[in-house]
Amino acid sequence: MVIAIGFEGSANKLGIGIVKDGEVLSNCRRTYITPPGEGFLPKETAIHHRQNVLKVLREAIDKSGIKVSDIDVVCYTKGPGMGAPLATVAIVARTVAQIWNKPLLGVNHCIGHIEMGRLITGAKNPIVLYVSGGNTQVIAYSKKDTAYSLSNDPSPGYNIEQLAKKGEKYVSLPYCVKGMDVSFSGILSYMEEKIESLLREGYTEADLCYSLQETVFAMLVETTERALAHCESTEVLIVGGVGCNERLQAMMHQMCLERDAKLFATDERFCIDNGVMIAHAGAEMFNSGTKMKWEDCFITQRYRTDDVETTWRED
Amino acid sequence: MEGFKLIKQGAESKLFQGSYLGVPTLVKDRFKKKYRHPTLDDTLMKERIKAEVRAILKCKTVGIRTPTLYLVDLNRRSIFMEYFPYSVTAKEFIFNANESLIEVLSHCIGKLLGKMHANNIIHGDLTTSNILISNKQKIDIFYESFQNLELILIDFGLSHTDSTIEDKAVDLYVLERAILSTHTTTYNIFTGILNAYKIENKNYKEVFNKLEEVQARGRKRTMVG
Repeated sequence: MVIAIGFEGSANKLGIGIVKDGEVLSNCRRTYITPPGEGFLPKETAIHHRQNVLKVLREAIDKSGIKVSDIDVVCYTKGPGMGAPLATVAIVARTVAQIWNKPLLGVNHCIGHIEMGRLITGAKNPIVLYVSGGNTQVIAYSKKDTAYSLSNDPSPGYNIEQLAKKGEKYVSLPYCVKGMDVSFSGILSYMEEKIESLLREGYTEADLCYSLQETVFAMLVETTERALAHCESTEVLIVGGVGCNERLQAMMHQMCLERDAKLFATDERFCIDNGVMIAHAGAEMFNSGTKMKWEDCFITQRYRTDDVETTWRED
Repeated sequence: MEGFKLIKQGAESKLFQGSYLGVPTLVKDRFKKKYRHPTLDDTLMKERIKAEVRAILKCKTVGIRTPTLYLVDLNRRSIFMEYFPYSVTAKEFIFNANESLIEVLSHCIGKLLGKMHANNIIHGDLTTSNILISNKQKIDIFYESFQNLELILIDFGLSHTDSTIEDKAVDLYVLERAILSTHTTTYNIFTGILNAYKIENKNYKEVFNKLEEVQARGRKRTMVG
């Protein structure tokens, strides 16, 4: 039996969670919400995390109903993410690991999402679409934010989704798929250039959100389908913050239906960055015998998913 | 479709095999994708059928083997083309062949791609699944020698025929990524491909320099120290 506590703070979510052999004991989170039209910056985000981390930690331990002496391993997000917020949370993890005298493990954020998705959905070896602001969507979204100052509460993506539901007219936007890669930079410049004239032509903000969402998601679904066909896999798992968008899930579901594949998706409790995913991935590493030297427990802003040796999986 | 049977569902089309005007034929049906907006779906379907046809014809004129086209029908969303009964994909071939055959294959692929790029054709989706190896003697033997084998390039749906150095580099980069995620041979297939690429494309230096750039921005390396 392994009880693991996980600290996550690579972006604007601060999350601490405790798991016991895949069972979620607590999953606490605070989000740093910026004013409409603004994104989160490292310094302010780090301050937010610093001000809240001890409260969230107390909450997570109380909710879990365990004693800290029961904890087997302390896990934290090693990267990728923003430097200052990562460091803030890592310092707390290092400190409590020393106070409690527990081993410490740095976890790759993306692997956290994937392992969490597998745990919650029971998917075995799926093609994983990891959609989050950092990788994909924020580029398109943040520009939309500056154009319309969409609220960042609860998240800009959610607000685009709600507005898009009211859209009716479809505008053609640049569509760029290169093999199994997508490129969103064209769509962004196009939007910037054309927004004024499109609005004058009678398209509404809702129409633009709708078209943007339809186009961007079509690209994501198409590349996922390419990966499915190329790897001859029959499972798709969507993770990451944007993964809880219902339209994306619906499109992916339709694609899967058309080729007899199975779709796994989670809701916002686990899609959005959280501490449980770090705890769970860390517990898997701990179980398979991974140990990290104290001097290796640093943070790194860039940390590729394929740099992690998956010791806990046999497939 | 009467007399045709579904043999494969690829990423964006269904492949049917049968006989058309008495010859073995493959029908590539870009069926409606219900998940996409109908306008977008329609535009993409037409764009890709046209791109595929254009690239296949251009390849033919410069001497790269591609399937012969029999019929193109935008209303039925289909292309009817030559079917290769005695063939395997490069992916299958690499899984089953010995190292020295894989080396020869890499060399052939490299020459083929060099020639393609020298003629400004960009494939857009290079993977080892999109290269067929066909036995010219019409027998199902592939793993003895390369003598009677020929390479056939397929799946030009994402191709274009006006190109920049950047496009060529990205084309190669997509292939590199596909190989790394699919194959784990001791022989370095991609290096073999690049070495032979030089033979057919005089401007290889520019392309390789650009490729390095693309690789550097494509993979975010860890920042240690």
